[in-house]
Amino acid sequence: MIIGLTLILAAQLLGEALARATGVPVPGPVIGMALLLVFLVVRDRYARVAAKILPPPLVNGQLEGAGRGLLANLSLMFVPAGAGIVGRLDVLAVHGAALAVIVVVSTLTTLAATALTFVWVSRWMRSGEGA
Amino acid sequence: MTGDFAVWVYLSRTPLLWLTVTLVAYVVADRIATATNRNPLANPVLVAIALTAAVLEVTRTPYATYFEGAQFVHFLLGPATVALAFPLYEYRATVLRALAPMLAALVVGSVVALSSALTLGHLFGVPREVIVSLAPKSVTTGVAMGIAQTLGGDPTLAAVIVMLTGMTGGILVTPLMNLLRIRDMRARGFAAGLAAHGVGTARAFQVDVVAGAFAGIALGLNAFLTAMLAPIAVSFLR
Repeated sequence: MIIGLTLILAAQLLGEALARATGVPVPGPVIGMALLLVFLVVRDRYARVAAKILPPPLVNGQLEGAGRGLLANLSLMFVPAGAGIVGRLDVLAVHGAALAVIVVVSTLTTLAATALTFVWVSRWMRSGEGA
Repeated sequence: MTGDFAVWVYLSRTPLLWLTVTLVAYVVADRIATATNRNPLANPVLVAIALTAAVLEVTRTPYATYFEGAQFVHFLLGPATVALAFPLYEYRATVLRALAPMLAALVVGSVVALSSALTLGHLFGVPREVIVSLAPKSVTTGVAMGIAQTLGGDPTLAAVIVMLTGMTGGILVTPLMNLLRIRDMRARGFAAGLAAHGVGTARAFQVDVVAGAFAGIALGLNAFLTAMLAPIAVSFLR
């Protein structure tokens, strides 16, 4: 578990460093996600070499187990920031109910537009294949 | 009495107490969610935040003291974001097949998120610096605060709005998708991650792993696209 966690943290660290160095508007952890993805692709492409040189926890599924454990509790990790927001709700109160209405309406519109576009394009492509 | 008080004064200043409070609040919230068959209204993030905030309010604990303990949980957000690579890799064949619908949904969703917030803000007569803080509301907190700041908005207000958007999306995504009769888990997850960033992604993972994988991709891509589009969109404001 420690080795898996070390790899995940190292990917994040490298991601943060790249984000800072290049100034791209992508969070460091997202770049870390891409780096970890590259690691997984390369590891499985050269599985035999990887099994020989990498520590066993990185190739026997323990790494994936550590990742699954983190993702299963993603909800938990928003609690500290969320509890801080409760104390700052006064900044919303200044602007009245308008902001709450805007947030709800805009979020619903965005959800619907995104999902419908996805479904339509995917259906359109499938019908194109059939023709 | 004074003895009890001394114990409280000691414990309330250690990270242990507030870390435990955070975890207990989450465990309780998660039990409630399970007991209600994962009803969207019993969103564990929302319930756990409400419980924690109530404890802080009753004990009159400053947020800085609370965060001393809670930071250990908060820190894990970064590694968890990195770990999104695992479902993405596991379902890479599914993801690669959906490349075109994903890109189309990304562009449409990102533009709708920005333009709807700006248009509604304009209609409601919201002041410019507040509208600017509204613009990046669907993007993960760190990036949204950065965008709001560069465009002359208020980063704190942006963070509050981002969290509110996440809650709204996390609670409403399931009923809305059922209403629209969208059963494609890829589409549902992608929409949740795009519109409601990490909180939407957390909800998606509770429902379905494929939905979670697509939510994670949407979260990352939208952070990038919104950062590009927000300055252009805001320039339309007068």
